[in-house]
Amino acid sequence: MSTLTAPPMAPGDAARINAGQADVMARHRRAVLWPAGLLALVCVYLIYAFIAFDVPGLIGKSRLDRGVLLGLDSIAYKVHIEKNLRRDQLEIAVEGERAAVYETPPDWVTIDGADPMTSKIDIDMGSGYRFVIEGSSVTLTGPDLYEPLVITSTEDGVEWSGATPEWVLLDPRKVEARPSLFERVQVTSGRILVFRYFWGWEDFWFDFRSPLSGLSAGELWSLAWSDDRIDAEVSNAHFIFDEFWGNPGWQHGDVFKALLETIIMAFLGTVVAAFIGLPLAFLAAANFNPDPVSRFAIRRVFDFVRGVDNLIWSLIFIRAFGLGPLTGVMAIALTDIGTLGKLFSEAIENIDNKQVEGMQSTGAPAVTRYRFGVIPQILPVFISQSLYYLESNTRSATVIGALGAGGIGLKLVETLRTGKDWENTLYIVVLTVIVVIGMDMLSGWLRRRLST
Amino acid sequence: MTAQTITSVDQILEHSSGLEKRRRLYSGLFGAIFIALVVSGFIAAEEMNSGGFVQGITSFFDYPSAIVVETWEAGPAWFGLLWTYFPALIETVNMAAVATIFGTVFAMGLSLAATRDLGVHPVLVPIARRTMDIMRAFPELIIALFLIFMLGTTPVPAIIAIAFHTSGALGKLFSEVNENVDRGPLEGMSAAGASWFKRVRWAVIPQVLPNYTSYMLLRFEINIRASAILGFVGAGGIGTELRKAISWSNGADIMALFVLLFLTIMLIDQFSGYLRRRLVGSSFMLAS
Repeated sequence: MSTLTAPPMAPGDAARINAGQADVMARHRRAVLWPAGLLALVCVYLIYAFIAFDVPGLIGKSRLDRGVLLGLDSIAYKVHIEKNLRRDQLEIAVEGERAAVYETPPDWVTIDGADPMTSKIDIDMGSGYRFVIEGSSVTLTGPDLYEPLVITSTEDGVEWSGATPEWVLLDPRKVEARPSLFERVQVTSGRILVFRYFWGWEDFWFDFRSPLSGLSAGELWSLAWSDDRIDAEVSNAHFIFDEFWGNPGWQHGDVFKALLETIIMAFLGTVVAAFIGLPLAFLAAANFNPDPVSRFAIRRVFDFVRGVDNLIWSLIFIRAFGLGPLTGVMAIALTDIGTLGKLFSEAIENIDNKQVEGMQSTGAPAVTRYRFGVIPQILPVFISQSLYYLESNTRSATVIGALGAGGIGLKLVETLRTGKDWENTLYIVVLTVIVVIGMDMLSGWLRRRLST
Repeated sequence: MTAQTITSVDQILEHSSGLEKRRRLYSGLFGAIFIALVVSGFIAAEEMNSGGFVQGITSFFDYPSAIVVETWEAGPAWFGLLWTYFPALIETVNMAAVATIFGTVFAMGLSLAATRDLGVHPVLVPIARRTMDIMRAFPELIIALFLIFMLGTTPVPAIIAIAFHTSGALGKLFSEVNENVDRGPLEGMSAAGASWFKRVRWAVIPQVLPNYTSYMLLRFEINIRASAILGFVGAGGIGTELRKAISWSNGADIMALFVLLFLTIMLIDQFSGYLRRRLVGSSFMLAS
């Protein structure tokens, strides 16, 4: 067994170690202080931005309740039961659809009598609450009501009696009760309105009035194969498809066409940009274009078309070519000629010149030299960058579309503008996201396949 | 094993020319499908468009030339417009900057969660990756329009929308950087018993920070454009001014806004290009 013994310290060693340690500590302090200072700067900037954008004022004015309702509206639909005392009318209908009126009441509404205006209407709200409309008043019973709340619509206002929980807004002109987000009653002078919400998208597959409405998947399947035609003109399978495709509330056919338009915009825009950008890139590459003046000019053109952005180009093109995918194609193509041209010219400048020289030594003409000496070297960059931009252009195409060029973006803005059909908005958003993710995966897959 | 056994030179030649033929057939087929797609796409686009290509190309220069003429007519007063719209430009740049800062912070968190072997629970990795995919795919415009409906027409909805998209886009790039870190320092820190936070802070961050910064600057550039675009739907800044000018057809104003936007994008492009070359090109030390 040998024991480790420290060598005796030379006179200067302790000082050297101390100095080294001090140096390390100083560097460590700098390493801590430097990012901390930067962070502090960022924080100061954010405080400035917080004030400049008036965030406190914004929080005061924001309508978060709108967001909740909007979220609910996009994943649920409501059926309303409206009793109009002035016009002697009772209507049970799906809200938001013009033609979705129930001829016979659904099973959660019981009307005991022939004339709906005089008989008792018993509405089971599904969650333990029960709203009963009788004459000009509605009686609410439920788990958190110790006694029934009776709201009566009179000639010049609204009266009430009974329990008044927190969720009732009492006003002599309008009483609104909303025990939860899914049931709601509104009483004004001369009108009683009950809403019941249901999860899901109503009539997504078929229109409310379509003969196929409410059929299960199994029933549809057997119907599609049966010879007993619903419409004598066309086969059942065809009829089912037509009913789905032409569903007036959801417009599946139109939405599909709009999606296709957007994909066409992205695809053609990228293709045109890649095939125009490639020859121009040779003119911008120092090893193929010895003239510095034209090279500089081409490069600045690339910068310009890239810098203006495809949105602004699309605004100019809309004036010239009108609304539609062609406008989007031109805008995307023009911007990406700049981007792809720049990327390609960098790739061309970085090629290995030995292959070109080898071809030249065998006496190959210029075309052959390019074809076999240059193209194989830049092809991977050409393909991978083009595919990458195809994916990002799909997203740009939605935005360009929203500002007028058409396609799914415009469809989206149309549904947003009405501010009522949030379920349609969500539907289009989901489709758009699926298409963009699909394009991303496709381009990634192709890139991996082609690069090996 | 393949059944074919090659015994003579002729067979080798035959085999290789067969392969060559097949390769040509495939690339020919691929080319044909590609051309068919392009041609049919153009026919479809031409049909769907409200105006045609031929009459469009003749009137293409009408609008830009009208803008130039109006700018010329405005004379020296035009330079005053540049000053008038300068605050709007500042607002747009601020929107982009704030969105980039928040986006980067979220992206760092997401990318750490999306990297294998960095000490996060393996279940988190695919979840974080899919989250980033979805965040990236969401067009900013949709989120901005939704938030404008809730919060009113201010820049904040646009900032949130851009930050959301930025988190996904940067997160993906950051996680690719994280995958490529040198694991030596990380192992050294673990051996010394450093906590997870300290390992990330001293073994990962110094390695990835130059690339992070470079990507962030690139994103800042993109976000300036994005915030100008979102201005069109009422989020404020230069986009809103541009929309007003375009709908009132004020050629001089349109030109002033174009010039401002173009100059800003070019300036930031140059500056960030320079900074990125400095950061990634040289060895960037945190302590220096």
